[in-house]
Amino acid sequence: MRFFEDIEIGQRRELGSFTFTADLIKKFAAQFDPQRFHLDEEEGRKSLFGGLAASGWHVGSVCMKLLVADGQRQAKEAAARGEKIAIWGPSPGFRELRWIKPVLAGDTISFASEVESLRLSDSRPEWGILQARNTGTNQRGELVFSLLATAFVPRRNANS
Amino acid sequence: MTLTFEDFPPGRFGTFGPRRVTREEILAFAAEFDPQPMHLDEEAAKRSMLRGLSASGWHLCSIMMRMMVDGYMGRTASLGSPGVDEVRWLAPLRPGDDLTLEIDVAEARVSRSRPETGIVTFKGVVRNAAGQALCEMVSPIIVQRRASIAAEQAG
Repeated sequence: MRFFEDIEIGQRRELGSFTFTADLIKKFAAQFDPQRFHLDEEEGRKSLFGGLAASGWHVGSVCMKLLVADGQRQAKEAAARGEKIAIWGPSPGFRELRWIKPVLAGDTISFASEVESLRLSDSRPEWGILQARNTGTNQRGELVFSLLATAFVPRRNANS
Repeated sequence: MTLTFEDFPPGRFGTFGPRRVTREEILAFAAEFDPQPMHLDEEAAKRSMLRGLSASGWHLCSIMMRMMVDGYMGRTASLGSPGVDEVRWLAPLRPGDDLTLEIDVAEARVSRSRPETGIVTFKGVVRNAAGQALCEMVSPIIVQRRASIAAEQAG
């Protein structure tokens, strides 16, 4: 993970991709979002989605999974270079989450994150606050998911 | 009875729960979707801004979704949601918390592009047993109107 000082507006990271299989869609839905179009192929086909569709919370959670994995890769690279590792703080929330198109069984979604704004925290001087637009694009190049995320990012010299 | 657009006038809709969240659930969700130390490791979590083990915000939102489905969405003529206007994670969800969900209808209007449906914007607040708000969410849902359900059943 990077420190606040290392981040610039407009920086974009490709986070990797994830295939939403029917089994994974149904497993998540059974636990958290047991609506008929997330649980059954036929019900999905009859719905506005036109097929077995992943819960929107599943799509968002997978985006988080790939963000964390990308952060862990960056931390490993920083450690290999002998650099100090930034541990990001929690998120106070997000805005503008859009489920633009359904994610259907078999779709492979590629996620990316682009920095939109940076500011220092007023109440916590050792932290900065970042906003990033996180997006998901399917195998046909269609944007399916977008959200404006916020996170606390540590400043490089906070403890010195 | 299936709930339709007409069943969601603006104002308080209901309160749902309680739903207990266990440490095992928090760790399992974090391991799969959000393996940050503050959600997985007690010692690292103590040193974090949240000062103790807490659930992933995406876990909290997913539990909130489940409470909505169990509470009313499961018997609502819902056609899905275009998104979420805002989620605010206000305080950490801790192992053993008992959650309640308050749902208000912030706005209800007939869809211009699909007049057989309406758009109901819900505001949900999840609280712990002490009454502390952990999460607020504002999200629109597309719901069928009663007349279109009646027409489907007659047809």
